[in-house]
Amino acid sequence: MIQNEKPGNPARRAFFRKSLPIVPVTALAAAGGATALVASSGNHLPEVPGPAVNTSLARAADYHPSYFSADEYRFVQAAVARLIPQDELGPGALEAGVPEFIDRQMNTPYASGANWYMQGPFEPSAPPELGYQLKLNVREIYRLGISAANQWCSRNLGKAFADLPPEQQDKALAAMEHGADGFENLPSRTFFSMLWGNTREGFFSDPIHGGNKDMVGWKLIGFPGARADFMDWIERDEAYPQPPVSIEGQRG
Amino acid sequence: MAKTLPKKDVVVLGFGWTGAIIAKELTEAGLDVVALERGPMQDTNPDGIYPQTMDELTYNSRRKLFADLSRETVTIRHTARDTALPNRQLGAFLPGNGVGGAGLHWSGVHFRVDPMELRMRSHYEERYGRKFIPEDMTIQDFGVTYDELEPYFDFAEKVFGTSGTAWTVKGRNVGAGQGGNPFAPDRSHPFPLPAQMNSVSARLFGQAAEAVGYHPYNMPSANTSGPYTNPYGAQMGPCNFCGFCSGYACYMYSKASPNVNILPALRMDPRFELRTQCQVTRINLAADGKTATGVTYVDAAGQETIQPADIVAVCMFQFNNARMLLLSGIGKPYDPETNTGVVGRNFAYQNMATIKVFFDKSQHTTNPFMGAGGNGIAVDDFNADNFDHGPAGFVGGSPFWVNQAGTKPISGTTAPPGTPSWGSGWKKAVAEAYTHHVSMDAHGAHQSYRANYLSLDPTYKDAYGNPLLRMTFDWQPNDIRMNLFMQDKMSAIAKAMGGKAMSLSGKKDGSRFDTNSYQTTHLNGGAIMGSDPRTSVVNRYLQSWDVHNVFVLGASAFPQGLGYNPTGLVAALAYWSARAIRDQYLKQPGALLKA
Repeated sequence: MIQNEKPGNPARRAFFRKSLPIVPVTALAAAGGATALVASSGNHLPEVPGPAVNTSLARAADYHPSYFSADEYRFVQAAVARLIPQDELGPGALEAGVPEFIDRQMNTPYASGANWYMQGPFEPSAPPELGYQLKLNVREIYRLGISAANQWCSRNLGKAFADLPPEQQDKALAAMEHGADGFENLPSRTFFSMLWGNTREGFFSDPIHGGNKDMVGWKLIGFPGARADFMDWIERDEAYPQPPVSIEGQRG
Repeated sequence: MAKTLPKKDVVVLGFGWTGAIIAKELTEAGLDVVALERGPMQDTNPDGIYPQTMDELTYNSRRKLFADLSRETVTIRHTARDTALPNRQLGAFLPGNGVGGAGLHWSGVHFRVDPMELRMRSHYEERYGRKFIPEDMTIQDFGVTYDELEPYFDFAEKVFGTSGTAWTVKGRNVGAGQGGNPFAPDRSHPFPLPAQMNSVSARLFGQAAEAVGYHPYNMPSANTSGPYTNPYGAQMGPCNFCGFCSGYACYMYSKASPNVNILPALRMDPRFELRTQCQVTRINLAADGKTATGVTYVDAAGQETIQPADIVAVCMFQFNNARMLLLSGIGKPYDPETNTGVVGRNFAYQNMATIKVFFDKSQHTTNPFMGAGGNGIAVDDFNADNFDHGPAGFVGGSPFWVNQAGTKPISGTTAPPGTPSWGSGWKKAVAEAYTHHVSMDAHGAHQSYRANYLSLDPTYKDAYGNPLLRMTFDWQPNDIRMNLFMQDKMSAIAKAMGGKAMSLSGKKDGSRFDTNSYQTTHLNGGAIMGSDPRTSVVNRYLQSWDVHNVFVLGASAFPQGLGYNPTGLVAALAYWSARAIRDQYLKQPGALLKA
């Protein structure tokens, strides 16, 4: 955590803006269709109103993935930006740092299937009510799933996912969600469900895990984080007034 | 080469609620007790400290306190004609892992039992006739009555520090108009603590339930309404409704757990020893098969170890108890073809339905992140046999309730029907719904059937090379009929709340058991108690009919699933069994009842 960061400090905001990496134009469309904003700020992260938000949100763009390749990461950035878009209600999954969250998760025991039963024989054609029956762990689902998604998009929509316009990306995601024909290596629904589940996790989990930057997910819905004591509030039919607080003590 | 340790008086398999209770009772009786826990040491500190514990991703999504399936799981199939497949990821149910077991991560809903549910078959036959019970339904009586268990319910509540509102105490009405449950059986004492405050959601539910003619009451909660010291001297702090009960260790020492309420007292007793990361693989039998000589386990270093003992208390999670008996050759395995044998028989679950009501933001703000696991308002008008089942045409009942246990944002975002599943439409809907909705459950009883049973899997093995347990399980027509009935009755409450939208999730004709989505961790049976060794594994004192120094505790003893959550009855039966061991078995070891 950068402790001396003053959220409202314009100089610091300018510093963060300048130090952001140049993002290729092809990736811009993925950022919630925010091309106009990008052109004015030189930053693929659109301007978010309010003094407290900008500096920590800016860090979302600074992250260098450790599991995903550059191409894979472009897919993740583009996909989560459509699943939870930046819109009039505020930042979306991309701005909240969900791609960073997902990449960080790839280096946890969860992503290697460490607490799943992974002995064979495997029966991938089992009825869905019997639960997950593939041999793949989370890392493998992403690697194969991103590659399959890009191939599917190229074949059916003419370009890799991240290069498609937003409406076409939505079409591709909907196809994957409902079971896309010709999706190679694993069922598209398995990949979609993993991606969408992890996107929600990254948007709504404590910022300690790399997503939900500036607690934008919590602020969207009114979750106060680790506030921990509601003895005076439990009986009140009115909105809880305090902004969220994170495990590390950041306040929203 | 297995290492053999010096003999103990008692070896306890598993250290959750029943393991802690039996260990405490038997060390008090002067015995040397060792508890073997397969998982790691866990406790309020460090596993439940503030603010680190308030991490939904780590604890709930990534299953920190739940069973590690990479080591052992169960296989599941719908019918005996199917091939069972492993439950590879936790979903429908969430057994615990480590010290405290599921008692560390449970919610704290702490009921007794409706007395008729202890004599389920007799009651239904008396009131509705023998033919009312479907032929393939194998419900039974427990073999013990509410009056016999009452002192043990009473003591368990004192150990747990349970908050609630009594209806009658020694026959005197104290709860009318105070939040008591008119359907509740008589009590020898009030609850140790008064009921907790209620959330807005629970209050709205109570008002609506009353408006449609039902009888709302305060749920009994093992979350403290105030500071408390239990009979063992264990101290609890007052619950502050932080909302992190289910799936978490309580940093306020407010939610009862074996770790908070019993372990501190046991730790002071030199006759008690707790060994963690010890996986029991077998209960060892003497040559004649009539007594157990102890257990074999694999310790943390991988060393196979024999622990001799005079008494073996099997206190693992429900299905692990049944599996341990099958692996050890104790009791005859159940055969559904011939309806003979006992181990694995009467496997049952619960039968849930959920309704959510969505308010306009000008109507109500429900702050769903606040709450406590056991806290809420319920109605018992359709629980047990509190209504005429004749025209309804099914066996079983459901309490309905709102227990706002703390709805966290990853798992708890919700939206009215018709909302897009992602994108801006989803985002807008969840943002509006989160603090303006209420969720209520029909928490139904579940009956046992010939078709639903436990056995060893022929294919899949655990990390130690032993066969996994196989569940053969599906919803039967009686379950679907009951669920549809309860959805209808609970909808009356939901509609009376006057929200702008409503969503319903429950069973429909043709619903299959689905392992993916959480239902409850309330699994029952497999090593059931009863009065006939041909149809039960243990007698009314939870003593094995076949091997007299083996006692099998927990919900594995339930012949069918209750309407209420099981922990209250699990704890009362553990104290009841412990008392029988202390007062009868130790004086004259042998079968406490003639087979």
